[in-house]
Amino acid sequence: MGGTLVVAEHVRGQLRDVTKELVTAAAELGDGPVTIAVIARDPGPLAAAANVPGVDEVVAVAVDADGFSADTALAAIEQLVSEREPSVVLTGFTVDAMGFAPALAARIDLGFASDVVAVRRDGGALVVERDFYGAKVRAELEFPGHDRVLLMLRPTVWAPAEGTGSATVSQLSVASESRSRHLEYVEAGGEGDVDITKADFLLSIGRGVGEKDSITRFEELATAMGATLGVSRPLVDAGWMPAARQVGQSGKTVKPKVYLAFGISGAVQHLAGMKTSGTIIAVNTDPEAAIFGVAHYGAVCDIFDVAEELEKLY
Amino acid sequence: MKIVVCVKQVAMLGDEVEFTPDGRGVDPDYLEHALNEWDSYATEEALRIREAAGGGEVVVVSAGDEDAEDAMRRCLAMGADRGVRIAGDGIPAGDPITTARALAEVVRGEGADLVLCGVQSSDAVQGATGTALAELLGLPRVAVVKKIEYDHAARKAVVHRELEGGLVDVNEVETPAVITIQTGINEPRYATLRAIKQAEQKEIEVVEPGQLGPPAASVRRMFVPPRGEGAELLGDDAAGVAQRIKQIVEERLR
Ligand SMILES: Cc1cc2nc3c(=O)[nH]c(=O)nc-3n(C[C@H](O)[C@H](O)[C@H](O)COP(=O)(O)OP(=O)(O)OC[C@H]3O[C@@H](n4cnc5c(N)ncnc54)[C@H](O)[C@@H]3O)c2cc1C
Repeated sequence: MGGTLVVAEHVRGQLRDVTKELVTAAAELGDGPVTIAVIARDPGPLAAAANVPGVDEVVAVAVDADGFSADTALAAIEQLVSEREPSVVLTGFTVDAMGFAPALAARIDLGFASDVVAVRRDGGALVVERDFYGAKVRAELEFPGHDRVLLMLRPTVWAPAEGTGSATVSQLSVASESRSRHLEYVEAGGEGDVDITKADFLLSIGRGVGEKDSITRFEELATAMGATLGVSRPLVDAGWMPAARQVGQSGKTVKPKVYLAFGISGAVQHLAGMKTSGTIIAVNTDPEAAIFGVAHYGAVCDIFDVAEELEKLY
Repeated sequence: MKIVVCVKQVAMLGDEVEFTPDGRGVDPDYLEHALNEWDSYATEEALRIREAAGGGEVVVVSAGDEDAEDAMRRCLAMGADRGVRIAGDGIPAGDPITTARALAEVVRGEGADLVLCGVQSSDAVQGATGTALAELLGLPRVAVVKKIEYDHAARKAVVHRELEGGLVDVNEVETPAVITIQTGINEPRYATLRAIKQAEQKEIEVVEPGQLGPPAASVRRMFVPPRGEGAELLGDDAAGVAQRIKQIVEERLR
C-alpha cells in the first residue's frame, strides 16, 4: 500500500525523456517506493533503460501488442494498480497517455488531473497545480475523497533523472484484448525546404499574422534580418506553411541563439518546442499572453507596426 | 449512420482578471466565450464522414449552461442536425472525468456509430474528456487523430494518431469508437448567414445530468501565476522596439 507508480513511455524501442522526468517528480513527492512500469512486447531493453536513480522497482510488463495499444496499456496499469495499491500514478501529459490515463481514472474512480506542473503534499493531502485560460490563471487542485490519484505531468518541467539506478527488476505478463492495432509509422512534415532546428536566429510568427497574405511580408523581413522563418501550429493547420516550419510539441524542438516570437500566445505545446532558446523576444498585443512568461524581452505592440519599423532598419 | 460530436463552449480571458469571492474561480464578467477550436474540427469531420456516406445524422452534445448553446448553434449552422445539452451547472470546473460522466448517459442513449470529441479544450487543456467518455461507454478510443478513413460496413476505421514531433502512428480501430480530433485534420467550413438563421430552428434538447458521483478533483484556489523574473519590456513605441530588437539580435549573434 502506498508508493508511486510511474508509467514509462517509449516509442519505436526508445524510452522517451518524459519517463525520467516522471521519476524525478515521484522522488520529489516522496510518497514511498517508486515503481516504474514498462509495457511493451519486449520490455527487457526498455526496462534496463528505465532503471535510473530514484526507482525502487522496474516492472517489465510483457504484452501481446506492437507499438502502443490504449486497451493493453489500460489493462496492464489497472492490474498493477490493483496489485501494488499505489497512492499516486504518474504518466506524462503526452499523446499516448491521453489514450489511456483518463480512461483508467474513469474506470476505477481515481482522483485525476492533467497537464500538472507542480505536485506536493500539504499535511497529507495531495495538492497539484495546473493552468487554465491560456495559462493566464493557475489553480491548486485537491482530491477530497480519493486516496488514489492519477496525475498526467507536463513534460520538461522536472529535470530527467540521469544515471544508472539499482532498482530490482520484476516481470509481469498481462493478457488483454486490444480493439485497436498498430499498422505503421509515418514520418510527417520531416522534409521541407529548411531545417529550422539548425538556425541560430528564428523569427516565428503565429496566428497574430491574421491572414495568409501577410506571411510573405514576414518571410521577407526574416530574410532581411538574416533569420529563418518559423511558425506556430495554426499556420500549418491552415495549410499556409509547411509542417517543417512548425515549432512545438508536434513540430520541431528548436534552441536558436535568438527566438523572436511575433503574434504567438505561448500555448504550452508551443513553449515545449522553444523555451530553452538562448534569448527569447516576444511581441504581442496582449500584455498577459503566456509567451511573456518565458521571454527575456517583451513588447506589447502590434507586430505589423514593429515589422514596419524593422523593415526600415534592415 | 449516426455520429455524435461532443463540443464545449470555452472561456477566454482578456488582459484583466478578477476571481470569484471564494477564490476558486474566475469572475464570469471577465470571460468571453467561443466554440472550442478543436470541436469545430471534430464537427467538420463528422459532417464530411456523413457526406461521404451519402446520409446519416450528426448530433452535437454539450455539457454546459445555457450559454453553451451558442457553441452548439455554430455546429448546427455548419450542418449538424440537432443538439442535446446537459445542464452543466453541477459539473465542477477542472474535472473532465465528471464532465465525461455527464456526457456518457446522453451519448450512450444515442447509440452512435462514431463519437468524435476535440483533443482538448483551449481553456482547460485536460486532453481527457473524450478518453474518459470512451471508457464509460465501453468503447475503444484513439486520441489525437489527424486522419480518419472510416469503413462503416466493416465497422472499423484506419486512423492517424499524431505523436510528439509530428510522427504519425497509423492504427486500425474497431467501431463504434471514440476518436479525439486534432486541429488541421480538415478545414472547418464557415456557416453561411442563411445556415445560421436555419440553425435557430434546429432542436436543442435540454436534459438534467444524472448522479455524477464525487468529483475527480476540485479547485482549491486560483491565482495569477508568478512570472519569475518576467520579460524585460522594450517599451510600446514600435520604432523604439525595433531599434532594441536589432540591437539585442546583433549582440547575441556576435
Ligand atoms: C497535442 C497537441 C500538439 C500541439 N502541438 C503544437 C505545436 O507543435 N506547435 C504549436 O505552435 N502549437 C501546437 N499545438 C496548439 C497549441 O495548443 C495552440 O493552439 C497554438 O500554439 C496557438 O498558436 P498561436 O499562439 O499562433 O495562436 P493563438 O493562441 O491564437 O495566439 C495568437 C496571439 O497573437 C496575438 N496577436 C493577435 N494579433 C496580433 C497583432 N496584430 N500584433 C501582435 N500580437 C497579435 C494575440 O494576442 C495572441 O496572443 C498543439 C496542440 C495539441 C493539443
